[in-house]
Parts: sequence; C-alpha cells; structure tokens
Amino acid sequence: MTFTKIVKTLSIAALLAITPQAAMAQEAVPAAVVENEQLTPIEEAAAPGEVPAGETEAPEAAGSYVPMKPTEGKGMPVDGGIDFQDQYSEVGQQAYGMHNYLLMPIIVVISLFVLGLLLWVMFRYRANANPDPSKTTHNTLIEVIWTLVPVLILIVIAVPSISLLAKQYEPAPEDALTIKITGYQWYWGYTYPDNGGFEVISNMLSEEDARAAGEPPQLAVDNRMVVPAGVPIKVIVTAADVIHSFAVPSIWFKMDAIPGRLNEKVMQIDEPGVYYGQCSELCGARHGFMPIAVEALPMDEYNAWVQSQGGSIKGAEEAAAETAAADAAEEEAAATPETETTENAAADAEPAAAPAN
Amino acid sequence: MTTIAANPGDMETHADEHHHDDVPPFFQRWFMSTNHKDIGTLYLIFAVVAGIIGGAISGLMRMELAEPGIQYLQGWASMMQGSAATEDQGLHLWNVLITAHGLIMVFFMVMPAMIGGFGNWFVPIMIGAPDMAFPRMNNVSFWLLIPAFVLLLGSTFVPGGTGLGAGTGWTVYAPLSTSGSQGPAVDMAILSLHLAGASSILGAINFITTIFNMRAPGMTINKMPLFVWSVLVTAFLLLLALPVLAAAITMLLTDRNFQTAFFDAAGGGDPVLYQHLFWFFGHPEVYIMILPGFGMVSHIIATFSKKPVFGYLGMAYAMVAIGVVGFIVWAHHMFTVGLSVNLKMYFTAATMVIAVPTGIKIFSWIATMWGGSLSFKTPMMWAIGFIFMFTVGGVTGVVLANGGIDDAMHDTYYVVAHFHYVLSLGAVFSMFAGFYYWFPKMCGRMYNELLGHVHFWIFFIGVNVLFFPMHFLGVQGMPRRYADYPDQFAYWNEIASYGYAIMGIGMLVFFANIGYSLFAGRRAEGNYWGEGATTLEWTLSSPPPFHQFETLPHIK
Repeated sequence: MTFTKIVKTLSIAALLAITPQAAMAQEAVPAAVVENEQLTPIEEAAAPGEVPAGETEAPEAAGSYVPMKPTEGKGMPVDGGIDFQDQYSEVGQQAYGMHNYLLMPIIVVISLFVLGLLLWVMFRYRANANPDPSKTTHNTLIEVIWTLVPVLILIVIAVPSISLLAKQYEPAPEDALTIKITGYQWYWGYTYPDNGGFEVISNMLSEEDARAAGEPPQLAVDNRMVVPAGVPIKVIVTAADVIHSFAVPSIWFKMDAIPGRLNEKVMQIDEPGVYYGQCSELCGARHGFMPIAVEALPMDEYNAWVQSQGGSIKGAEEAAAETAAADAAEEEAAATPETETTENAAADAEPAAAPAN
Repeated sequence: MTTIAANPGDMETHADEHHHDDVPPFFQRWFMSTNHKDIGTLYLIFAVVAGIIGGAISGLMRMELAEPGIQYLQGWASMMQGSAATEDQGLHLWNVLITAHGLIMVFFMVMPAMIGGFGNWFVPIMIGAPDMAFPRMNNVSFWLLIPAFVLLLGSTFVPGGTGLGAGTGWTVYAPLSTSGSQGPAVDMAILSLHLAGASSILGAINFITTIFNMRAPGMTINKMPLFVWSVLVTAFLLLLALPVLAAAITMLLTDRNFQTAFFDAAGGGDPVLYQHLFWFFGHPEVYIMILPGFGMVSHIIATFSKKPVFGYLGMAYAMVAIGVVGFIVWAHHMFTVGLSVNLKMYFTAATMVIAVPTGIKIFSWIATMWGGSLSFKTPMMWAIGFIFMFTVGGVTGVVLANGGIDDAMHDTYYVVAHFHYVLSLGAVFSMFAGFYYWFPKMCGRMYNELLGHVHFWIFFIGVNVLFFPMHFLGVQGMPRRYADYPDQFAYWNEIASYGYAIMGIGMLVFFANIGYSLFAGRRAEGNYWGEGATTLEWTLSSPPPFHQFETLPHIK
C-alpha cells in the first residue's frame, strides 16, 4: 500500500511538471471548460487545490495509467494510403476480406470488361473499318445472358454480405461491459456505467500538443476512450445536441449518435493499441475537430485505468466500494498532517463519492 | 426510336415553311414566354449560370483542401460578413460551401438543364407535338426557379447559427437544421427548396400530360424515342418524390418556427424520421438526375453508330424498373443510423437489384455500337466517356450497397467519389454529350469540333484526377464534409485539387467554344448528323421554326 502511494505521489509530481499543455488543451475548447466547471467542486473537495486541470488529470496521476504511445500506421491512416486501414477486429477482418477478395476483383473485372468492350468496338467498328452498319437490334439470347449473369454475380455478393451483416449484429453477451458514448458539439463523452458511471470528456488536442505527445494531429485527443482488449463490449451511442457519428475505421466501426436514441453495437478489439477515428456525421462548425481515440488495454490494465478514474471494477462493485470506503476510513484515521499523503488518501476515497455525471 | 420512320420524306408536311410566323417582341418573348423552345433555352442559360456558381464554390473547397490546415476560410468569412470572423465562423463557412455546392448542383444545375432545358426543347418535338400541354404553367415552372435561386444565394448572407449562411449539408438533417442552426438562413434555404420543388412538380405534370396526350398520330408509347421515355419516367419520379420532400422540409420549418417537435426527441419526435422522409425523396432524386442522361446517351450512341438502339424495349423498361426499384432502396443512405438487422439486409439486397437494369442499359449501349459504323464526333466521345465512367460509379455503388461493408465507407470520401462518378462524370458527361449533340439544332450554328474534343479530353482527365483519389481517401477513412484533415490524407487531397484545376481549364475551352460557335460557327443544316439521326427534331430546320408541327406529322 505504502509503496504504491509513493509511486503515486511521484507520478503526481512528474505529471504536474508536464500538465500545463494538457490544461491548455482543455482551455482551447470552451465546451470542455463548462464540463470541468461542473465537476470542479467535487474535485476540489476530494483533492483541494492540488490538481485543477480537470477530472481526468488527477486520476491519471493517481493511477499507474500512462497513455499508450500510438504505433505508427496502426489504428490510423497512413501517408498516401490507398487501402483500408489494417483491421483489428474480427468483424473488420471479415468485412475487409470480403471487400478486398470478393468485391474488388468483381468490380475491377466488370470495369475492365466494359472498358475492353468499348475499346474493341471503337476500334473494330470505326467508320473506316466498317462503313456499312448492321441493322441488328435484337438478340434474345444475349439479352437474357446479360440479365442473368449480373443476377448470379449479385447472388455471389449477397450471400457473404448477408452473413457479414448477421455477424455484425450478433449481440454482446449479457454480462458484457457496457460503455455509453455521447456526442456533443464538439467533443465526445465516454460513460462507464458498469464501472461506477464516471464520464470521460474527450477533446481534440491542438496541433502543437499532439506533435509534442507524439500523436497524429487532428486525431489525437486529451482523454481517450479506454476499453479492454479482446472481449466484446456493448457500446451504446447517443448524442446530446445534434447527430454525430462515432467512427473508428481500423475496427470497422461506425454508429450514428442520435439525440433521443440509444444505438447499440458490439465493439471487440483484438489487441491492445490506440485506434483513431473521426466524427462522421455533419454536426456543425467544428465537425472536423472532434476526433476519437480508442485505447484498448489488457483487462488488468483496463481495471487499473478504471480505478485511476475513480471508477470501480465491474462485478466487484460492492466489494470495491466497501474496500474503498474502508481504505479511506483507515487512512483518514492513520493520516499524518503530511499534505501529499492526505490528498492521495482523499483521491483513493473518491470512488465512494465518485461524480456520476 | 427503333421503329419510327422519321426522315424528312416521310412527313406529310414540313414545318420549316413557317419561318415568317410572328415572333413576339423581346420582353414578351423571354419574360412571358409560352414557347417550349424559348423556355428550354431559358432553363439552359439558368443551368449554365448556376453551374458556374456551383462549380466556383467547389473550386473554393478544393483550394482549402489542397493542403492540411485552414488556409482561407476565416478570410473568406471575414469578407462575407464585412468584419473579422472567428475561427468557428470560418469553419461554418465551410459547411455553407458544401451545402450550397450540393443544392445548387442538384436543384439548379442538373435538374434545370436535363429536364427543363433538354426536356422542354426536345420532348414536344420528338413526339411530334407543337408545344407542351400547358405552356403558361411551363413558364411558371421556370420563373419559380429564379426566386428559389435568389433565396438560396441570399441565405448565405444572413445569420445561420455559428456564422452566416445555412451550414446543414444539402440533406438538411434535423436537429442540426432545427435547434442546431439559429437565424433565418436555414428558413430561406428551406423556402428555396419549396419553390424549386413546386417548379419541378409543375414541370412533371406538364411532361406527363404532354407525353400521354400530345403524341403525333402513329407514335404509340412503345415507339417513343428513348429520351421521351426517360423524361416520362423522370416526371413520375418527380411527381411522387418531391411532395415527400416538401412535407419533410415543411415539418422542419414548423419545428424551427412554431415549436412543433416532428424531429425533436425531447418532444416525442424522431430525427431519424426526417432522414427516412428525406431519402424517400433523395434516392429517386438521384435517378431523376441520371435518367434523362440515359435517354440522351441512347440517342447519341445510335446516331453516331448509324444503327438503331439495340433492345429498345429492354432499354425503355429498364428505365421503368430503375424508377420503380429506386423508390424502395432509400435506407441505404442511412445504414449507420441504427437500423434493425432485417431492415439492413433488405435494403442491401434491394439496392443491389438496381445493378441489373443498369447493366442491361450499359450492355445494350455497347451492343448498339457493335456492328455499327462509328464516327467519333464530340457528342459521341462524351457518350462513350459516360458509359465507362458511369460503370465505374455503378460498381462502387454495388460495393456501398453492402450494409456490412458500408459501415467503414459511410460518410467517407468513398461515397463522395461514388456519387461524383455517377453525377459529375455520369450526369454531367451526358449533359455535355446532349449539349454538343443539340447545340447546333438549338442555335443554328455548329460548334467547333476541335475545341469540343479538347474540352472532352481535358475535362475527362481533370475529373478523373479529381475524383479517383477520393476512393483512396475514403477507404483510408477520411470523413466527408471536413475542412481540415490529418497529414496522412494530404497526398491524395493535393492530387485531387490539381484535378480540379485541370477540369477548370477544360471548362474554359468549353466556354470559348460556345462563344466562338454563337458568333462565328458554321450554319447548321436541318440534319447535320446524317443518316444515323432519325428522331423528329432532325426533320426540322436548325434552329426549328418558332412553332413546329402546325400540321401533325404521321408516324408510320
């Protein structure tokens, strides 16, 4: 216990040294400031004066969570790319396979076939080569063929297409982790109802901040949507003002966020990593400036992140709440006047009083 | 088209004897017109003007997108509002540009040119009628477009939320268009659509009545030229689809101004309802924009192959089939709104069905050329270009039809590439084909063949450089309607912007050609295309007399 506390204390100090940029990023977007103001009272009660930057900076520091460095070319577009982004979900791989190994060959062959026919008739039947036009206007056989062959091609496409759809709509298991995504003008909110109901507010990083953090500009965000890798997650998508669309190309995921609707879709990411996406439904002036970053972590690291956010582990909520309360009481009782320790204890106790936005 | 005997000798009478008939004075002729050819000319001039504006707007867009970052928007926004614009107002201007580009090109360029322009000019002539059934209504149809266009352009100078103008996209989705856009701009844009819609409905009624009732003796339905068929099908689509749009945007208006909640979830409404209504109109609308092009291309291919159209009935009924099926596929525009799995499967399957009649048309055009005696005049180049480019746009449509695949491509540049291949390289190619084909007929002077070919090749290369890279951007994940993008998308965006510049040069050649031809073009005879041109307009002089067919032609 004490060892972790020391680590936490040190990481607070370390983070405070580099926090100002993150704080500035928050300020850059007025909407986020409002969110923060709503949260600050609770924050302050929990950790007076120490970490004013926002609800997520403090927990980041408090936990062992450090934002993962993105891998170049993974979960993001590549320079001058002409293919889909590499796929990191089963659905994505199936769809990618269907596109690249079934649809692409078919449409390329059809296009080249039509082009070939056109070039051939242009050459063979040019006026010089064929001064006397034929008067043929009907040929039942060929008309039947060019009606039926496309029908067959479409059936060949439709069968895997329908099974892909069925696959995409397979519901998540009943006990799957649920994450609620809310689109706002112009940022995203990620709520974790199974982990105590905290909400992570996610704003775009400015270009300088993104480059400083080694992340792609226009895609990097201050607080990512963190999810466990390798397990199906039930994602609920909605919006607070106008329609947005939550899209992450590298996991073949797109679902509109519509006010008044709860759209459900399963998200399962194969391996840990950072996966970027962008809002994909016109939502007003800053439509192009509310990117998405999903960070998939192994389950234990995800749990650690949850705790760092002041959340509780799913399935162990009651236990966790009790432990947290007990911890807090214990620490309060044992508390020395040493400032940092007290604050840490308070931060630890936060889950019990977690702001359920 | 296949069976009518329409060379001049078969006509019982020639109309070109009536050159002396009284042409009204200028104001009456052009502002109070009841003559289908004059109204058609007005429509074409209107479409050219709107096309220049809409095309210039896309030039602004390609300029901004040429490299990552925001370079010009804020400055342009400051210019428009006459005071320093904030960054957000600059970004709002982006949305105004994409909205205006879409609405102008759809409602004020393609539709007026194809239906109002070529349809008015040639449908009555092709069926052997002296004029449209309701000449005054025809005039109203055109003049409604003027206030509609003024309202749309005017909306860009009044407040529309974050900045000036309606920044909702041409789809005007609620709630961005209701609670998301304060100020009169969106109301003006909606009213503009009402007027344009009323104009089109009146036009559709006029065409249906004309085609059903005013065909010359012997011109049965199954002998009508394919262009007339295409306009007939288009008119039915307009008549059935536009009232739904009118209803949807009226509900938007009342949601905006009278506290109704059709599309407001907080009041029991549903934003997705708007999308269903919009796309019930919107999908037929895309066929409205392309079907007359199908008709024109059929004529042009036949003319320059010196051969009747192959499979006339198949061609005609393929268009009817496309029109019918076009009404039951709308939700493929909404694959990501959270449709149920059964609905998504149905719309996937239904959408793919459209590929069948479209394939019939493509292959029938090639079969028309097969065995023909092809001459590659400018209209023929555009028509052949149309066939190939429409095929490319069509096959990407088959890809997008798959609901499961669309999850990655929806609202990305792949979609932008797809619909520009079928419209900007499909519909627009067919309009240029029709324009070169009929320009001498309409104004009496030949265009310049060399300039026509130069225009074709520059434009063809330009639009392909412009739009093909958008497929790459789309599969890489670049979303639509973005003023700025991550660096990784920079390469293909830059290429696309070069493509726009090439296309722009092509358009300069086009306007030079028009200018040259109007003043210095060689006089065109009645049938300047020779034996391949068999429809009734080629039996008349170029330009045709002010009133044609005062004695009706008899079709054998």
